[in-house]
Amino acid sequence: MRDEISVLVGGRAGDGIAEAGMVIARLYNQLGYCLYQYLDYPSLIRGGHNFAIVRAAGKKIGAHRDGVDYLLALNQDTIDRHLWRLNEGAVVIYDSDEVKAPPAGGTGLPLKSFVREAGAPPIARNVGLIGALSGAAGIEEEIVEKVLRKEIPKYIDENLEVARRGRAGIEERGDGRAERRSYPCCPVITGNELIGLGLLRGGLDAYVAYPMTPSSGVLHFLAGVAGEFSIKVVHPENEIAVILMAEGFAYAGKKTAVGTSGGGFCLMNEGMSLAGMAEIPLVVLVSQRAGPSTGVPTYTAQADLPFVMSAGQGEFPRLVIAPGDAEEAFFWSATALGLAWRYQIPVVLLSDKTLSESAYSFNIEEARDIPDIAPVLWDGEGDYQRYASPEDGISPLAFPPRAGAVVKANSYAHLPSGITTEEARAIERGQDKLLQKESRLVEELASLKTVKVYGDPGSSTAILCWGSNKGVSSEVGEELGLRVVAPVVVSPFPAHRFREALQGVERTISVETNSTGQLARLIRSYGFEADDLILKYDGRPFTVEGLMERLLEVAA
Amino acid sequence: MKPQDLGTTAQNTWCPGCGNFAILNAIKPVLAELDGAGIVPIENVVVVTGIGCHGKIADYLHLNSFYAIHGRAIPVATGIKLANPDLNVICFVGDGDAYAEGLDHLIFAAKRNVEITTIVHDNRVYGLTTGQYTPTSPSGFSGRSTPGGLEVSPINPLELIFASGGTFIARGYSNRIDLLKETMREAILHRGFAFVDVLQVCATFFNMYDLYNRRTYALEEHDPEDPVLAQERMREWDYNSEGPIPLGVFHRRAAPTFADNFEDKNSKIPDLEGEVRRVLKGYI
Repeated sequence: MRDEISVLVGGRAGDGIAEAGMVIARLYNQLGYCLYQYLDYPSLIRGGHNFAIVRAAGKKIGAHRDGVDYLLALNQDTIDRHLWRLNEGAVVIYDSDEVKAPPAGGTGLPLKSFVREAGAPPIARNVGLIGALSGAAGIEEEIVEKVLRKEIPKYIDENLEVARRGRAGIEERGDGRAERRSYPCCPVITGNELIGLGLLRGGLDAYVAYPMTPSSGVLHFLAGVAGEFSIKVVHPENEIAVILMAEGFAYAGKKTAVGTSGGGFCLMNEGMSLAGMAEIPLVVLVSQRAGPSTGVPTYTAQADLPFVMSAGQGEFPRLVIAPGDAEEAFFWSATALGLAWRYQIPVVLLSDKTLSESAYSFNIEEARDIPDIAPVLWDGEGDYQRYASPEDGISPLAFPPRAGAVVKANSYAHLPSGITTEEARAIERGQDKLLQKESRLVEELASLKTVKVYGDPGSSTAILCWGSNKGVSSEVGEELGLRVVAPVVVSPFPAHRFREALQGVERTISVETNSTGQLARLIRSYGFEADDLILKYDGRPFTVEGLMERLLEVAA
Repeated sequence: MKPQDLGTTAQNTWCPGCGNFAILNAIKPVLAELDGAGIVPIENVVVVTGIGCHGKIADYLHLNSFYAIHGRAIPVATGIKLANPDLNVICFVGDGDAYAEGLDHLIFAAKRNVEITTIVHDNRVYGLTTGQYTPTSPSGFSGRSTPGGLEVSPINPLELIFASGGTFIARGYSNRIDLLKETMREAILHRGFAFVDVLQVCATFFNMYDLYNRRTYALEEHDPEDPVLAQERMREWDYNSEGPIPLGVFHRRAAPTFADNFEDKNSKIPDLEGEVRRVLKGYI
């Protein structure tokens, strides 16, 4: 038996591909597997080619493979595009009502007819494939029924009938009972949903966003649970309004986050600088996609690191966090709110399409111990000064209406009272105050896991990676016996921790989804060198085989 | 509380003869009176400004304030109001600020009927950047960026706000301070988006005192609840011709406000971890 399984399901946009992928993931979840789903779709509503690759393994994974064991095709295009992926002994199942040039050895099922005969909606063809897969893979019918009942809200009996017909059409090919694994049965959930849940766990009061792929999943998720968590979710006229509105929320004492991608973040730059100067706590999710400009909206990239690190005029403290997996997405989203409010700074959560829209098995037990970082609040003594300047630069917060406190936020250089100044000494003092906060932030970060190490910690060759590339890098690093060093906090850069993680390393290879090696450039300014770069900038994430091949080339 | 209690120690740097003084001197007694009468407690007032000569009012008022950035007072004010509907949020904005840089926000505030007051210091010129045309400058305006004279006509902001769904639309003039106070008071108490375009004279770059003194008149026997009459009166002067310039409240109507949609979303969940775990069960 194989120790892991990959299933590709493909069709047109509107065929329910993502949903089919999630059902397949939940089936294997019931069998004790760890899941990862990669979703590939073009920027259109109907037509085109969508596919999902669901990978199930007995160990923790965070990447997909090129090769698949099951190819489930709703149309000819899926067959034509993905036949190269078939592993030895792979099973191909397709809709014979659609596929006119079937591959040898595949199993055709008249899915359109199944759906019509069962009285199910046309989209239920995907359920026919799932039924067939369950037969071919030996997944018990009870498990299929249990998962479908949970996942499909409407026409469930008709859908179950389609699944039964699919299963009956393939039963004879079944290769016995599917192997069980012992990975804990975890929620299978997208990075965007985990970012939303992490923010909620951190005490989020409001979320403000303008739709932009691949960040919109957070907006949709939070709008959906706004009632349960009693939070305010607002979709304003543009991203400029988004960040300014969020700063209004924060001024009034509400923990607020915003979300966007590169183009929307361009519009937020003036708001970033305002948050820096006026000391407004704010969490800004930037989920990267392939650019420049409109670029490739539904595909991935890690090309905005220097942009988010320097966005906004002037010099002000900020924190940039690039979570690399499901647990980090949750943990750091919650922690980001605490840090934003303690230090009264903008915090960027830097994701990308891969982390945001892929689905992962999320083990909350690996994301525990979220630090309780509380804001510094005014004690009500004496005259309130919004920008009072204690030694650590952190001014106590008060929120209107508060009798006796006049709270004056200001985008101009200002006095402790919040009144504008152009005095040389006062300007300098104001800037020093901002820098003091940054020093304190750096001290606080020292107690958090800002740099992670995977693979063989004794290896003298290290893969360097950040963000979503951690999943594929740690898996390949492990397999090749290499050390993998992944900074999670990228600004202020945890140089001390990074140096410790690289102790004994003689050679470094930076793995990045961009064309210039942005992490490599960043670490150079701290005196570290990336000896080799493995870069990918075709909008697609690294696969396990793809990175393995590139690493072997570089290592040779 | 006396109006003078609302002043600060900041040195006033507006030019002599600037119409901004009238707005500052009008808002102080209005807010002092509303506080004294127990209608709007002074600590519930939040002033939000953009950037321009008008914005300095944030420094001159001993009130909660958010001195924001150019064109962006309105989204900040919207966030504050949604965060805490008990606050009384007043935006002081400029004409370049609200009608050019931040026009999108102004239209959306009117469309949403968010309960904030917007007072536009409309001097029809950029003052702080020393004399360029704004969206309400008359055609032919000879500014530093249009030395040959402005080729295009101004917008009529009152009509714009009306078309956007505004529920309180008024005009004031910095040289008619009693009427201005009355209008501001009404605007602050309006339940919804209250918009006041104040003809405020820039004595240095566009001195219109003579023309405004001759042409302005207070609306009387006008029914602001009648939208047809309101539009007629708004069109009486197009910010370009030499027609009569009505002052006062043109239009007023009752409508649900934006914050009503969020009223029930304000409670703290006691067990966030438990609630998160409950949601996660749906993903198994």
